[in-house]
Amino acid sequence: MLEIKNLHASINGTEILRGINLTVGTGELHAIMGPNGSGKSTLAQILAGRTTYNVTVDELTYQGRDLMGMSPEVRAREGIFLSFQYPVVIPGVNNMYFLQAAVNAQRKHRGEEAIDAVDFLSLVKEKVKLVQLDESFLHRPVNEGFSGGEKKRNEILQMLTLEPRLAILDETDSGLDIDALKIVADGVQNYRSPERSLLVITHYQRLLNYIEPDYVHVLMNGRIVKSGGPALAHELEAKGYSWLQEDLPVAQ
Amino acid sequence: MSTDLKTIEEITGQEYKYGFVTDIEQDSIPPGLNEDVVRLISAKKSEPEFLLQWRLKAYRYWVKLNKEQGEPTWAKVSYPPIDYQSIIYYSAPKRRPELDSLDEVDPKILETYAKLGIPLEEQKRLSGVAVDAVFDSVSVATTFKEALAEVGVIFCPFSEAVGKYPELVQQYLGSVVPYTDNFYAALNSAVFSDGSFVYIPKGVRCPMELSTYFRINAAKTGQFERTLIIAEEGSYVSYLEGCTAPMRDENQLHAAVVELIALDNAEIKYSTVQNWYPGDKNGKGGIYNFVTKRGACRGVSSKISWTQVETGSAITWKYPSCLLQGDNSIGEFYSVALTNNYQQADTGTKMIHIGKNTRSTIISKGISAGHGQNTYRGQVKVMPGATGARNYSQCDSLLVGDKCSAHTFPYIDIRNSTTQMEHEASTSKIGEDQIFYCQQRGIAVEDAVTMIVNGFCKDVFRKLPMEFAVEAQKLMEVSLEGSVG
Repeated sequence: MLEIKNLHASINGTEILRGINLTVGTGELHAIMGPNGSGKSTLAQILAGRTTYNVTVDELTYQGRDLMGMSPEVRAREGIFLSFQYPVVIPGVNNMYFLQAAVNAQRKHRGEEAIDAVDFLSLVKEKVKLVQLDESFLHRPVNEGFSGGEKKRNEILQMLTLEPRLAILDETDSGLDIDALKIVADGVQNYRSPERSLLVITHYQRLLNYIEPDYVHVLMNGRIVKSGGPALAHELEAKGYSWLQEDLPVAQ
Repeated sequence: MSTDLKTIEEITGQEYKYGFVTDIEQDSIPPGLNEDVVRLISAKKSEPEFLLQWRLKAYRYWVKLNKEQGEPTWAKVSYPPIDYQSIIYYSAPKRRPELDSLDEVDPKILETYAKLGIPLEEQKRLSGVAVDAVFDSVSVATTFKEALAEVGVIFCPFSEAVGKYPELVQQYLGSVVPYTDNFYAALNSAVFSDGSFVYIPKGVRCPMELSTYFRINAAKTGQFERTLIIAEEGSYVSYLEGCTAPMRDENQLHAAVVELIALDNAEIKYSTVQNWYPGDKNGKGGIYNFVTKRGACRGVSSKISWTQVETGSAITWKYPSCLLQGDNSIGEFYSVALTNNYQQADTGTKMIHIGKNTRSTIISKGISAGHGQNTYRGQVKVMPGATGARNYSQCDSLLVGDKCSAHTFPYIDIRNSTTQMEHEASTSKIGEDQIFYCQQRGIAVEDAVTMIVNGFCKDVFRKLPMEFAVEAQKLMEVSLEGSVG
């Protein structure tokens, strides 16, 4: 699904990612953990096509296709979804209208007919139940006046509606109370399927208590310093990240 | 900067769609302005003496103003001085007898309006909209006159009203905007050539939207229309005007005056979609739109509501205002002004509270893109006798790209301690974050910008009559094209 080889990224001369190698197979769920400032969100943004960074990479492919020359909207239409760490407010733009525009842009890309407002409403009403948001959220401006938890659930609503093949969740669990965390986790867990891959970026083990990852990677100082199975997450929860510092290769 | 910003710069600069010229014989007088020109215009229209005298007074006042002060310079706009002697003050399509039906309108003119999407042929009409078409300085066609006459509504060219209803014209002309009001109002009063006249009798709810479509065609001419709307006791009318002009390298002056009068319990809703040629992307050419619009809520519980969508013109100088004279009267101003490339707009409103318990609402949305410069200038004034007056003002500015500017000048003058007044203002930028968020959901950059701008304008668009709300949204899309790539 996703192949990253030797990815470097810098902004204003500061190197943030220093050679990331990662392979995400179809149907797999990978968790990327790491302390603040380790480069996790940068990686998510770059995969989604953000151009604020200077990027060099030996290989960056999604479903065998080179991502480097692909605009963010084409990546999205091809099935890459990013759940934003800080979802953006768009005043005056109806949440449902926004989502319908997104769905139709993606359908058009696939050569499918646009879905009309009536059909879309019944579709999205189903999805809104899954994230336990009130239907009134559909008619409010995108993320305006939403609480932190509501914003994150709205992101998951978008994911469930757009049905991406590769979903990248950037700290979707942060700022959530325990109930909201459970809702988000259920949404993600139910979304997993043999055709879909997920990349879950998180600080904490707690989300992973609900959705067991296939692989866990630790990102520190712009490099993946350790990879392992679900047990690694528990180990991190118990020991923190500092013990890994010693394992870090000497800076080149 | 990043590609997102570059794209924003590119989106706001698409070609103006209405820039064609109609090749038609014109009856024009030579350029220049003097008393004889004023007399000539009046004579061409066989006007009654009172009107000629009024024009001459206005002209003399303008000459004095021009000599002593020149053009007003307080607005935040800049342009080279206008040579008023190089302008043609009267130009009309030839072959224009009194028109009894549309069949007599020059086919080329009908074609022009068809190209602009304005149906003059009644059978192909937009349902329920009567249109007065003003081509250069004269009204060329008014649809639905008969249907309107059945309920007593008068909707006709201003020059026709002067002939047929001189007493109404004499009673109300200049009663809201006197010729001494300002430089351009004085000029307009001296040389105005045509425009629309609307009279709604007592208790009548006008059965359809009334609409005037202004088209500048001839080169080097100034356009000076005069619109007068009178709503008698308990009546209602919704009126809309649209404007376009050919693309020309030189600037053209448009100085219109609009006067509205609402008597007891009457309501006038006045909507404008202004899309005069804005000049090219380097700021060459375009219309100078220096317009005075004012409504008087003379009667108790009367209401005047201005809604404007201003996307055209090189320079806009315009402050549709309300004089709230009647007790419990209501004034509203909803505005979207978009400046792209090198356009400049200085626009806003004046709400003058005179009667008791008068209320006003101001919602202004300014969008600046390219090198556009957008200024909101508004005054809220509460007179000592206006006990219980209330005002709510909200001025929001949106910046697209990093070369444009937005300015807000609110003037507040409260002379009664019972006044309740609220003012909110915000300035925001279309963020790269917002655009990237839309892109990440699959939405193309230009669609994202249009969506964000339309969202920003929503409070105003919902005040427009339905058909025009759709038109306004499309217009935003076109006007923003090129601001993102």
